[in-house]
Amino acid sequence: MESTTEQPRNISGSMQSPRSPSSQPYLSVSVTDPVKLGNGVQAYISYRVITKTNLPDYQGPEKIVIRRYSDFVWLRDRLFEKYKGIFIPPLPEKSAVEKFRFSAEFIEMRRAALDIFVNRIALHPELQHSEDLRTFLQADEETMDRFRFQETGIFKKPADLMQMFRDVQSKVSDAVLGKEKPVEETTADYEKLKHYIFELENHLAEAQKHAYRLVKRHRELGQSLLDFGKAVKLLGACEGEPTGKAFSDLGTKSELLSIKLQKEAQQVLMNFEEPLKDYVRYVQSIKATIAERGTAFKQHCELAETTKLKEINLDKLMLTRSDKVGEAEIEYREIKAESEEATRRFERIVKRMEEEIVRFQEQKTEEMGVAFHQFAKGQARLANSVADAWRSLLPKLEASSTV
Amino acid sequence: MMGSENDDESHLHSSKEEMENLFLREDGDPLTINHVNGDKSNSNYRSAMSTLSDSRHPSIVVTPADSDPLFAPPSYYRESRSPRSKPNGGDRGSSYLEPPSYADVIFSPFDDISEINGSEDGGSRHSQSSDSLSRSPSSLSSDYIKITVSNPQKEQEATNSMIPGGSTYITYQITTRTNLSEYGGSDFSVRRRFRDIVTLADRLAESYRGFCIPPRPDKSVVESQVMQKQEFVEQRRVALEKYLRRLVAHPVIRNSDELKVFLQAQGKLPLATSTYVASRMLDGAVKLPKQLFGEGGGASSVEVVQPARGGRDFLRLFKELRQSVSNDWGGSKPPVVEEDKEFLEKKEKMYDLEQQIINASQQAESLVKAQQDMGETMGEMGLAFIKLTKFENEEAVFNSQRARANDMKNFATSAVKASRFYRELNSQTVKHLDTLHDYLGLMMAVQGAFADRSSALLTVQTLLSELSSLGARAEKLEAASSKVFGGDKSRIKKIEELKETIKVTEDSKNVAIREYEQIKENNWCEVERLDRERRADFLNMMKGFVVNQVGYAEKIANVWTKVAEETSQYGRESS
Repeated sequence: MESTTEQPRNISGSMQSPRSPSSQPYLSVSVTDPVKLGNGVQAYISYRVITKTNLPDYQGPEKIVIRRYSDFVWLRDRLFEKYKGIFIPPLPEKSAVEKFRFSAEFIEMRRAALDIFVNRIALHPELQHSEDLRTFLQADEETMDRFRFQETGIFKKPADLMQMFRDVQSKVSDAVLGKEKPVEETTADYEKLKHYIFELENHLAEAQKHAYRLVKRHRELGQSLLDFGKAVKLLGACEGEPTGKAFSDLGTKSELLSIKLQKEAQQVLMNFEEPLKDYVRYVQSIKATIAERGTAFKQHCELAETTKLKEINLDKLMLTRSDKVGEAEIEYREIKAESEEATRRFERIVKRMEEEIVRFQEQKTEEMGVAFHQFAKGQARLANSVADAWRSLLPKLEASSTV
Repeated sequence: MMGSENDDESHLHSSKEEMENLFLREDGDPLTINHVNGDKSNSNYRSAMSTLSDSRHPSIVVTPADSDPLFAPPSYYRESRSPRSKPNGGDRGSSYLEPPSYADVIFSPFDDISEINGSEDGGSRHSQSSDSLSRSPSSLSSDYIKITVSNPQKEQEATNSMIPGGSTYITYQITTRTNLSEYGGSDFSVRRRFRDIVTLADRLAESYRGFCIPPRPDKSVVESQVMQKQEFVEQRRVALEKYLRRLVAHPVIRNSDELKVFLQAQGKLPLATSTYVASRMLDGAVKLPKQLFGEGGGASSVEVVQPARGGRDFLRLFKELRQSVSNDWGGSKPPVVEEDKEFLEKKEKMYDLEQQIINASQQAESLVKAQQDMGETMGEMGLAFIKLTKFENEEAVFNSQRARANDMKNFATSAVKASRFYRELNSQTVKHLDTLHDYLGLMMAVQGAFADRSSALLTVQTLLSELSSLGARAEKLEAASSKVFGGDKSRIKKIEELKETIKVTEDSKNVAIREYEQIKENNWCEVERLDRERRADFLNMMKGFVVNQVGYAEKIANVWTKVAEETSQYGRESS
């Protein structure tokens, strides 16, 4: 997984044991302690980001900074700009339904997602060396604010809006230049990949939708068990023995199971539905990278084209011994350099993507495996609780009905 | 009653096709074999719950049109005489087996398919319950009477009117199968229309005052167009069946002549629509005793023992109303106070009970819906993952993708399996919790019985105060006439007439009191019986519900435990 042009060392992150021997470089990050700051519409959550590291570029061994969501967005945007071709880890969504925005569950889910985000960057062989990461993890809050405002201005534009803007630009220029079809790579493998990614998003989104509904169903079942338990207890109060006691026991168990269902609902949300959502976001990040590659490819093609034209022109001028040769030669050299740079950029993206896709698939297999495992464990645990709870009523019920 | 959502039906229809295509059948998974083939009449899953639940409970499950093509249709077969139920001589409810693990016993597939005789009645897909009368003390399920309502048909009203094309109505075939000697015959069938049911119910109400008579299905105030609609007819057919089965389950009413006639007499139902002579006129001048006389003279106990009906018993109604008003204002006190207190307490307890049953049955419906939804969503999620698996397999480039697709497939099939279990669990839950619904009807019957008592008491009180005022008048006349020496011919005649009236009223009063006492006793017996049966029924309901939950929870736990084991290499932390 190591890129040969960058630094060779692979820093271990917080996903592995932080207690690695001090000779081995490590970088471990955690996002903790969400605190609500500000009032009313201006209110936001701040997080403590704790960095433990022995890397020389960092102020070690431990540094704590305060960051808010938009700081994470800044980091993501910078990495996206600088490391084209790499699938930048996705962020949890910005907006949420107003009243839900500060609920304990939502805050915890977001914190967990942000923690995963930073750690993925810290683990990535290329991204972990990023200067912006260093800034993010080390700079004091004022400096961070300044960086953030500089980059995006007061009105923050999400990365994909920028991308759309660029796309429109290039489409316009294509139209102006009389090109009807946009220039695209058409290698079979890449086509396959693009198709795969786009289809995958649809499938994943549907699975995630049902997973979310399933969470709701758990909650609803829990609520109905609670109501049923209460009603049955009241009914028992009207009846003599042994029915009355039996109803009372039944109602109590029902209420108990209701609690277990609510707990499981939360587990499913955090350990299953959220990873699925993350998967979807990841695929969307890949789509953004695909778009970048498309842009890079187009630039590479266009510049190569332009270079060729300039070369032809230069040759012509040289033949006619025009006095414009000097100028033309300089122009030609400049364009050629730009073209080579564009080609290099494009090829770097291609290479990165090749590595990234392997990494992505392996990572996702692991993460989905964990998600399935957690879900299955949770469901088994729940079902066993249900069986145990109801089963405990049977001896008494048997005894009562033979009386 | 317990509705199920049908809004995802179409989705499931198309999904079923997909599932057939997508499913890889290599592993001989019973899931794929049975259900991908869309085996609709799959009876393998008739749950043993039906044997373990109360076998003698006559309630029938009203099945919503839940024809789920994807999974086995819920089987509502109640098998009360399956070989597995323990014979229980008089023992109310323990036809229970003691299995080591409920999952094992409950869900071994049944080879007993004998009761799936939906063929004999076109309309009935479900509820082939045979109502064994194990409520009778000598029960060994040897006495039985089974009623089936089927085959609704449109018939034309035979009318002499000038209007061409008379109105139509629906008749139902009512088939009785019994070995009771009172019926003198084992198998018979008649055609009846809804109006006949109303007549039967009215007749029973008159003959069995003080009894808890199961309430008949409602008359529906709908247009004749709606009446013809298949859904309405089917609902009504089910309701009629339920009603008749309840009637024959009642130990006293079962033997009633009215019911026998209803079930056996061919042709038009030979029950009068009213016991009151049709020619009786609204007559304000008719005195109470004369009403009671009828045309044949002598106290007609039949009329005395009926509550006053509007229109016909104008005078009697008026008197009874006056009486009840004076009762309320503490005019003439009713003779017995003590018993009434107990009665009032009982009445209030019954009212409370009814409220709680209503509440519980509503929450039971919510529970059923929630279970249903859980099953559906679990299944939909499973399907989505199956599609994803297929996709990954088709497009796989890396081994990691194939590994993931494999994990996903296990997960998805398990989710679909669990989903099916939830649905089966639910169909059984409906059966058990339906007991609550049934008791709502019975509580109404209790109210009716109490009302009979109150109106009989009112009649008695009315007669008593009538007597006392007649007596007072007689005294006055006698006192006045004794002052006239030699006798006052006209007064003496009046006194004679008055004494005659008093005698008749006295007789009526005695009849009314006897009737009242009888009704009180009926009440008491019925309430006792109801309490006993309700206790048994509720305990059985709870047992059935609980055993059902345990069994399916175990099954579902097994499914997911397997997946957890298969994915155990992924779990790094334990939680």
